[in-house]
Amino acid sequence: MTPLPPNDRIFVLQLVQLSRRFGDTLAVAGADLTIVRGEMVGIIGRSGAGKSTLLRLINRLIEPSSGRIVADGVDVTALRGAALRAWRARTAMIFQQFNLVNRLDVLTNVLCGRLNHMSAWRVLFKRFTPAERVLAIRTLDRFGLAEVALKRADALSGGQQQRVAIARALLQEPAMLLADEPISSLDPVNAKAVMDALLDINRTDGITVLVNLHTLDTARAYCRRIIGMSAGRIVFDGPPEGLTEDVLHAIYGDDVAEHP
Amino acid sequence: MLTPTVQDPAYRRFQQRFGPILRTRLLQAWGTVASVALLFVIAAVWTDFAPDTILAGLPRVGEYFGKLLSIEPSRGADTVPVLAFGHIFGGTKEPQSLAYWFYRIDVYAALLWQTLQMAVLATVLGFAAAFALCFPATGSLSRLRPMVFLIRRLLEILRTIPQVVLALILVWPFGIGPLAGILAMAIHTTGGLGKLFAELNENADRRPIEGIVSVGGSWLAQIRYGVVPQVLPGFLSYALLRFEINVRSSTILGFVGAGGIGMELKRTIGFNIYEEVSAICILILLMVVVLDLTSERIRHAFIGRMQ
Repeated sequence: MTPLPPNDRIFVLQLVQLSRRFGDTLAVAGADLTIVRGEMVGIIGRSGAGKSTLLRLINRLIEPSSGRIVADGVDVTALRGAALRAWRARTAMIFQQFNLVNRLDVLTNVLCGRLNHMSAWRVLFKRFTPAERVLAIRTLDRFGLAEVALKRADALSGGQQQRVAIARALLQEPAMLLADEPISSLDPVNAKAVMDALLDINRTDGITVLVNLHTLDTARAYCRRIIGMSAGRIVFDGPPEGLTEDVLHAIYGDDVAEHP
Repeated sequence: MLTPTVQDPAYRRFQQRFGPILRTRLLQAWGTVASVALLFVIAAVWTDFAPDTILAGLPRVGEYFGKLLSIEPSRGADTVPVLAFGHIFGGTKEPQSLAYWFYRIDVYAALLWQTLQMAVLATVLGFAAAFALCFPATGSLSRLRPMVFLIRRLLEILRTIPQVVLALILVWPFGIGPLAGILAMAIHTTGGLGKLFAELNENADRRPIEGIVSVGGSWLAQIRYGVVPQVLPGFLSYALLRFEINVRSSTILGFVGAGGIGMELKRTIGFNIYEEVSAICILILLMVVVLDLTSERIRHAFIGRMQ
């Protein structure tokens, strides 16, 4: 198998005619896309347009029905076993429902970001190294969460939980962050905090960010490149200035008014 | 106010459309009731289970306890031995006294302790085996369908063989004594707990597991960090319930030579020593009640942690 480039790479991610079918519906239909290192890309579209499926396909949480994902010339769709898990570690996911382990404390949840780099023995007995613990605490501190490090994850507010999830993603030392509707279950104040954190990661750490967004305003405010999806197809790819009335109509149909 | 009538057009359309479905459902319900009633009657005929014999015996249910503490003196090998207040604090040679009943209390205590330890060992061994087997036996966690199927069937076999039969089989190679009983109970516990554990795993929240998958965690990591923290309180609660069951089973298993107080109970029954039979029964009852009450409290604490 072709060895993957080191962790800090993925200069170019390419989706080639990527499709996924669920029963009768094509959730993603022949997506062609090129993402270059350091971009912050917002993906917009109605519910069920295929945004979430697209991100899950990239992380390989979902298998494509056809098409390929290529990272720096390596065919990601062919990866199996340990190589596949290493790929997932490099493309960190942020979920709408946070997907933290509620019954574990915040610190352990963040340290879960290291699981891919650990031996089976260390996984089994929760043997995290001092360096990993330091990194976890520092990352929590960066998001103002060091104080709650030993609380159970479900004792935190939604906004805090999402920032814990972002800290977990950073512990993966990813090349790319895939955020699936990260602010849809948050109030406006927390939503801003989470989006600011994603932007900061993109600017400071140089990590590529792909973010699914429900609201057009947020996408316009944070992303220099926007991808519009409708019925599984990519119908727009360009800067926010290109989102004209016609384009918005193509993305949202007659529901444009619902997506200010 | 509206006066609903069967002439209501919406109601008539509903009846036309769904009437046959409703009639079929009603028929099915009555069919089920009739089948269960038929099964009950057949079983009652074959086991001479009749109301008149139950009614005849009912007044005598309390008799044992009544006689147990009665004042009337009674002598000889009566099947219901009697403690009498007049003699209750008499010596070991005086029938109807506590000392006469419990003159071998040291032996009983040692055997009860052994019975309890048998249950502890069997529960721990069965828990460990069930823990190891339950994850590959969970459909939602394992992609190896044949493996899930095979382990599920194995667990089924382990728990469907009656424990007494298992103990009898194991007494043959391992000899008379606690070992056969412990193994029989451990095997049964593995089958029972394994199935319950797998069901808890099946109901575990998918989102934390997906979170661990997304960071590139191995199957082991998914189980260790995504599943175990969710299901462990449930596992422990079931294990304690199983411990209670094993304490009760271990007394029965003694009857087939698998050690503990049960063997002594069988011996005293065989020799018609009714005072000792009663003494042992009372001790077993006491032990089981005390253990059930304590373990119930601990279990509720675990169940509380589940929520």
